[in-house]
Amino acid sequence: MKKQVSLSQEYLKGVWKNNPILVQLLGLCPTLAVTVTAINGLAMGLAATFVLVMSSLLISSIRKIIPPQVRIASFIVIIATFVTIVDLVMKAKFPDLSKALGPFIPLIVVNCVILGRQEAFASKNNPGRAFLDALGMGSGFTMALLILGSIREIIGSRTIFGLQIMPDQFEPWLIMILPPGAFLTLGLILGLSNFYSIKKAREEHESIISHYKRVGREELIEELEVK
Amino acid sequence: MNKVVQMLLVLTGIGIISGGLLATVDNWSDPLILANKKAETEAAIFRVLPEGNSYESVQNTGFELYRVRAKNPEAIGYAIVYEGNGFQGKIRLICGLSADLEKILALEILEQVETPGLGTKITESFFTEQFKQLEVKPKIEWVKGVEPSKPNEIQAITGATISSKAVVSILNNGIEQMRKLRDSGGLK
Repeated sequence: MKKQVSLSQEYLKGVWKNNPILVQLLGLCPTLAVTVTAINGLAMGLAATFVLVMSSLLISSIRKIIPPQVRIASFIVIIATFVTIVDLVMKAKFPDLSKALGPFIPLIVVNCVILGRQEAFASKNNPGRAFLDALGMGSGFTMALLILGSIREIIGSRTIFGLQIMPDQFEPWLIMILPPGAFLTLGLILGLSNFYSIKKAREEHESIISHYKRVGREELIEELEVK
Repeated sequence: MNKVVQMLLVLTGIGIISGGLLATVDNWSDPLILANKKAETEAAIFRVLPEGNSYESVQNTGFELYRVRAKNPEAIGYAIVYEGNGFQGKIRLICGLSADLEKILALEILEQVETPGLGTKITESFFTEQFKQLEVKPKIEWVKGVEPSKPNEIQAITGATISSKAVVSILNNGIEQMRKLRDSGGLK
């Protein structure tokens, strides 16, 4: 039996510590392709989150009756069903958005964030935890896509969510809405997020050392044992 | 339980439930999607032929063609939807033509996958405005860097010459097809 983490931790790990884009670097194809504008990033993120949450809930509830030999096939059929529902609903209710996202909505079927969570988490945990995990991963995914889309839209076309915020004198950087802009922006965001994680880890490390120097060896061991 | 039977049962069960669910959603969304498409076409037709009041589809042409009428029963023109190759993929456009097929009344690009910021300028009004009242006889020509001097010339966009040329050649092909159709009596 592996150690159970707290429920809030189950949600938060997807947002920050194990963020699917910033840390696991999963599902990069739609990430790089659709984040030309903030609204595209947000819509793609929400669509993927919906599919992720629904499939995780369902798969985790029926995990005990799915024979391991056919689990991947079952996961894919379930994911594909939810993706098709999202696709049809978007085509019916938000035709413009559906046009802008093009083939990337149907391609959520093969998004490795989703299949990855089913295999690594939902098929081994109860529906409650699977729901929180999926919601966390989905939030992390949406957040990363929204940030990426906003930066590219602001610098590449002077607008955010279609509203102009940069002055006319600002010449839009064309490269930002072309494919290289996606790689540049993602690279810089990854660098920034790693910089902070490393800094945070080092600070924690140093605080333990300084604590040790202050209280001495015996007390520290005592403290750890109490914990 | 026998493993094989369980595998069959689970997969079949998932398949049936998925199929049923998708059929239900499709039943609901299909008319909405069709209505969206129709509204889109309709809006585009009346944008390229603003004086139009009603339209009808012309059948057996090999491409999308609509005869548009104003309040009087005389046809005021045709809206032709035509597509061809652009710089990176297909360009699909709708063009309003006068009833005698001599002039373009207006042009709109429906779908394109040109380079953002360069080729995509073909959708902007400064480019499509040039096609208003453009003569199409004997065919549309393009010039670059200078102002168009003849009534059948347009100016290609700097940095998007290939996309501009593609629009011109798609229009020329489409109009050519229309003329053939008229000569063979297909427009009657």
